[in-house]
Amino acid sequence: MAKLILNRLSKAFETGGRPAVNDVSLEVRDGGFLALLGPSGCGKTTVLRMIAGFEQPTDGSILLGDRVLADASEMVAPEHRNMAMVFQSYALWPHMSVADNVGYPLKVRGVSGQKRETKIREALNAVRLEAYADRRPADLSGGQRQRVALARCLVTEPDVVLLDEPLANLDRHLRQEMEETFREFHARSGATMIYVTHDQAEAMALATDVAVMSEGKLLQVASPQEIYARPEGRLVGGLVGQGAILKWPAASLQNRLIDWQALQGLLSHRDGQDCADILVRPQDVEISGEGMAATVTSVLFEGERYALKLALGDDQTLRAFSRLPVQVGDRVSVVIRSAWRL
Amino acid sequence: MFRSQNRGNSQPRWLFSFVIVVIFFLSVLPLGRLAMTGFSSLFDGGARELLSDPAVWQAVYDTLTTSFLGMIAAVILGGGFALLLTLFDVRGKTALGFLFMLPTMIPPQVTALSWIGMTGPSSALLKAIGMAPPLGSPQPLYSIGGIALLYGVQNAPLVFLSLRAGLLALPRDGVEAARLSGASSWQVLKDIILPLSLPGFVAGAAIAFVSCVGNFGIPAILGIPASIYTLPTLIYSKFAAFGPGTFADVSLLSGLIAILSVIGLTVEERVLRGRDYRVIGLSGQVAMFRLGNWRALGELVLWLAIFITLVMPLTALIASSLAPAYGVPLTPATATLDAYREVLFKQTITRTAFFNSVTLSLTTAIGLLVVTVLTGYYLVRSKSRLAPVLSALAEIPYALPGIVLAVALILVFAAPIPIIGISIYGTIWIILVAYFSSFFAVSLKPVVSAFRQLDPSLEEAARLSGAGFGRRLIDIVVPLVAPAAGASVILVFLIACNELTVSAILWSAGTQTLGVAIYNLDDSGSFNLAAALSVLVVIMVIAMMLVLELMAKRLPKGVVPWRS
Repeated sequence: MAKLILNRLSKAFETGGRPAVNDVSLEVRDGGFLALLGPSGCGKTTVLRMIAGFEQPTDGSILLGDRVLADASEMVAPEHRNMAMVFQSYALWPHMSVADNVGYPLKVRGVSGQKRETKIREALNAVRLEAYADRRPADLSGGQRQRVALARCLVTEPDVVLLDEPLANLDRHLRQEMEETFREFHARSGATMIYVTHDQAEAMALATDVAVMSEGKLLQVASPQEIYARPEGRLVGGLVGQGAILKWPAASLQNRLIDWQALQGLLSHRDGQDCADILVRPQDVEISGEGMAATVTSVLFEGERYALKLALGDDQTLRAFSRLPVQVGDRVSVVIRSAWRL
Repeated sequence: MFRSQNRGNSQPRWLFSFVIVVIFFLSVLPLGRLAMTGFSSLFDGGARELLSDPAVWQAVYDTLTTSFLGMIAAVILGGGFALLLTLFDVRGKTALGFLFMLPTMIPPQVTALSWIGMTGPSSALLKAIGMAPPLGSPQPLYSIGGIALLYGVQNAPLVFLSLRAGLLALPRDGVEAARLSGASSWQVLKDIILPLSLPGFVAGAAIAFVSCVGNFGIPAILGIPASIYTLPTLIYSKFAAFGPGTFADVSLLSGLIAILSVIGLTVEERVLRGRDYRVIGLSGQVAMFRLGNWRALGELVLWLAIFITLVMPLTALIASSLAPAYGVPLTPATATLDAYREVLFKQTITRTAFFNSVTLSLTTAIGLLVVTVLTGYYLVRSKSRLAPVLSALAEIPYALPGIVLAVALILVFAAPIPIIGISIYGTIWIILVAYFSSFFAVSLKPVVSAFRQLDPSLEEAARLSGAGFGRRLIDIVVPLVAPAAGASVILVFLIACNELTVSAILWSAGTQTLGVAIYNLDDSGSFNLAAALSVLVVIMVIAMMLVLELMAKRLPKGVVPWRS
């Protein structure tokens, strides 16, 4: 196996408008688990479909190791790529039994008899569906169908496994269970996995690397920890984790990580000059006896705490948590322990 | 390493060329040839002679009058049924709907024969109940009015379907909102439902008009004995009196039919294009009005209409087939199955016709399926801008009256085929080619709707599993569209088996079809044999419609033509 390389990949559809994917370069290491994160229409699914071979790039190239899978002039057909995919709709064939669905890639490759039976059984075991081998997909629940689709990926030991918003149609409880199954699947198969999602919590929980896309462009690629702590730019900051983005005159500061002392210095001589976007996570906002004055504009009880929106003196909004109940309209003082210049 | 240039599309490269070739031969070539001959005869003077012939203008006039009156009758009958069955709480809707739709599937010449059997001095049915008019009195259906009436009966289901589709798309919540605004049932009907269903009315009327203009079976049986010619029967008679100018004449006459049809189809298309509001609201659930005390009366009217337009003519047809000879009164003592014995076992002509029709229809239905699965796949999956154009071209031969296509094919095949030097004119092969061309759209439609319903990811998953085009087609695509493919085969078989217009022009000795056999038997005075053969055809039609009806639940919407 080898690493998957996207080299200045672009895709413009014939309908015109801005390109769906614009100059995306990315390397996914062998055995990595990359989440492609972005709002709907950002081009992440188009990237996935280009990797699978369902769309051809209009510029740039896709390589697996030193083998060129696709560029603007030629491409390897999906059937010759040794990849597998879990579709949002699962794409199980309704006229085949569960075992036939799982075994189809083997059948196409000419694997037959005992060997195929064994591989199908192993794959179904891995997703704990061995008892359902003879059922039809229509008789299964959503989560079970998802696992059949996963078993179908498992059965041929593909180089790359692609997942297109696989949890979008499942309820919250099943999602957590399936996230666990995906992690297990990744550990067991060692395949390179690419996971498309618009849910940042899902991306951070599953992936070893997160790539954030917006309007066809790749904004940042980093580990979940890195991308949470050090997001690049307003879009990534707004997309990953919770937080409020404020405009403060911080462009001249050397450090991007700003503590309370530096912040106070900034805010004391505000003259509207060199403003920058500052990300403040709610857990870094502390309600205390001193600090900046703020008014509570909304309170949401979340069980373990209250989530607040606070209006600052300059009409900007801050998010904070509080253990104690507060009322809309209360005036409080806040200290910002840490902030990040985007 | 495997490489292909197919730009991420799932189709192999040869598929596009295949579709182009198919559509060229089935649609563009015959219609192009017809247009060419038509234009060239327009300019070389032969046209002047034809167009100064008063018989031609009489035929145009008669075509327009019968078609217009027939359209009115179809709108009254079909519109009334659609409104009553769709909007009101009458009982037995499924049965009423099925019975009402039957006439479209019964061949027009059979409809004409059965109505003749019901009226006039020699009606076996009327004689049996002692109500026949005296001998020598005229057959009232041999007239403009008779032709128009039967056009109405035959085509009322087209109006019914079109209007019903429009009514079913009316959002229930729109009606409920009107009710809450304080409108009475009558006001809702008048202010909301009727205006919104007007496009369905107009479109249905336009298709009915086109269908009347192209009808051959009814004016052939009712018009020719009274020397009333419509354009299709005029073309037929020109072929019967074959002369040097025939090709030029018939191509001009079919051009006239084509122009009338295109006008009608354009009206339909324009009207339906404005029907955008159907996506708003929760459609599918139809508003229902209670008839209250009027319900029994409404049901009586509906069943009476079915009785007059379907039960009585068919009873008359059966009576005629059981009568020992034309004009002999039918009593339990004189009733005989001789006519059936004759058509089934004795007459070689009818047996040949059975054999020809069944072979031709089966070959067409199954052969076309292979073509349409590939073509439909291309039309649905291709992102090419050519796809909608090709779709439209595939539709034209069926949208135009069959006689136009038959004439076009004669023009193409009158001379030996270039290169191989064989002439298929006058053989059964020209009928087969005509059927392929004519029923291509019939076969294509169910397959295309099934492909449209198919989630593309089902096929993409197979591609990633390593399956190439042929493999995917056999393992995944064909099994998933199988119910629609089955419906397509039955529909094409049903329509091809009952067809008269195309084969009436194209047949020669030994290649007659069922439609031709019925027409010829009637023409030569063997009315009871024609009736017996017709009864057999009707039984076959009903059986096949019932099969499709039973399959309907498993088929995509719109596949079974008489359901919506």
